[in-house]
Amino acid sequence: MWTWFYKLASPPYVYRVAAALMPWFLGLAAVTIGYGLIGGLVFAPPDYQQGDAFRIIYVHVPSAILSVTVYTIMAVASAIALIWRIKVGHAVAAASAPIGASLTLLALVTGSMWGKPMWGTYWAWDPRLTSELILLFLYVGVMSLRSAFEDPARGDRAAALLAVVGVVNVPIVHFSVVWWNSLHQGSTLVTLEGPKMQSSMLWPLLSMLLGFTLFYGAVLCIRVQGEVLQRERQSAWVREAIKS
Amino acid sequence: MSGGGFWYMGGYARYVWPCIGFAGVVLVWNLWSARRSLAAAKIRASRALAMAASEAR
Repeated sequence: MWTWFYKLASPPYVYRVAAALMPWFLGLAAVTIGYGLIGGLVFAPPDYQQGDAFRIIYVHVPSAILSVTVYTIMAVASAIALIWRIKVGHAVAAASAPIGASLTLLALVTGSMWGKPMWGTYWAWDPRLTSELILLFLYVGVMSLRSAFEDPARGDRAAALLAVVGVVNVPIVHFSVVWWNSLHQGSTLVTLEGPKMQSSMLWPLLSMLLGFTLFYGAVLCIRVQGEVLQRERQSAWVREAIKS
Repeated sequence: MSGGGFWYMGGYARYVWPCIGFAGVVLVWNLWSARRSLAAAKIRASRALAMAASEAR
């Protein structure tokens, strides 16, 4: 197992693995997102309180869960890169940032669109909404900091430091609905009693969640290849890699 | 759900469909921009290799 872990620090190995995994992730993402959308928009019954407006859940919840998950992955990759000076860690963090930022924006926009018919407003300075907005600012900050330095290595280190410090916001996003009074509802999927949804609503949601995760994996694979090439462009193995 | 009812979404169509549409835009943008950045990185890498080769000569 450790051998495999050490191999992940090797840029040519990561480049090859990312290239091989990408089509699988993308194909499976298309199937699971397709199933989730059809199940959620066509076959799931309307919610007894929210009617058909609840169907926004099928894009809002996967993007919201991924927004914090991708940030956590970015922070862990940054910490690995800072502690063990592994360049692939910086590549994974740099590749994750734009994906996470776009998913956070999607969660905010869809949440806002859902809020209008349910709460009567597009936006409220609610703990969950505000901490999610701070998450978006953190993503933008990490990306801006990385590109603000002429020396890419310094940019990588500064961005990694901000990513690691900013991870404190992740539990705040998650527990904001528990710690403070919030307009936002509590967790529907992860509860001690199990999911609070009927199975015909739940399975499409789980499928969408899996699909978004696989899609993140696919886009990460493409972006990681680019980031690795960027950092290794003077290396001999790159010549063979860009030919294929 | 009937065809008309599907698009009407119980009166919430103007909230549901823009969300689905925006999600589609975000997913397509992610794929497009990732492919574009990989293609740009390949071009930069091949230029760097060509420069290194010409300097070696």
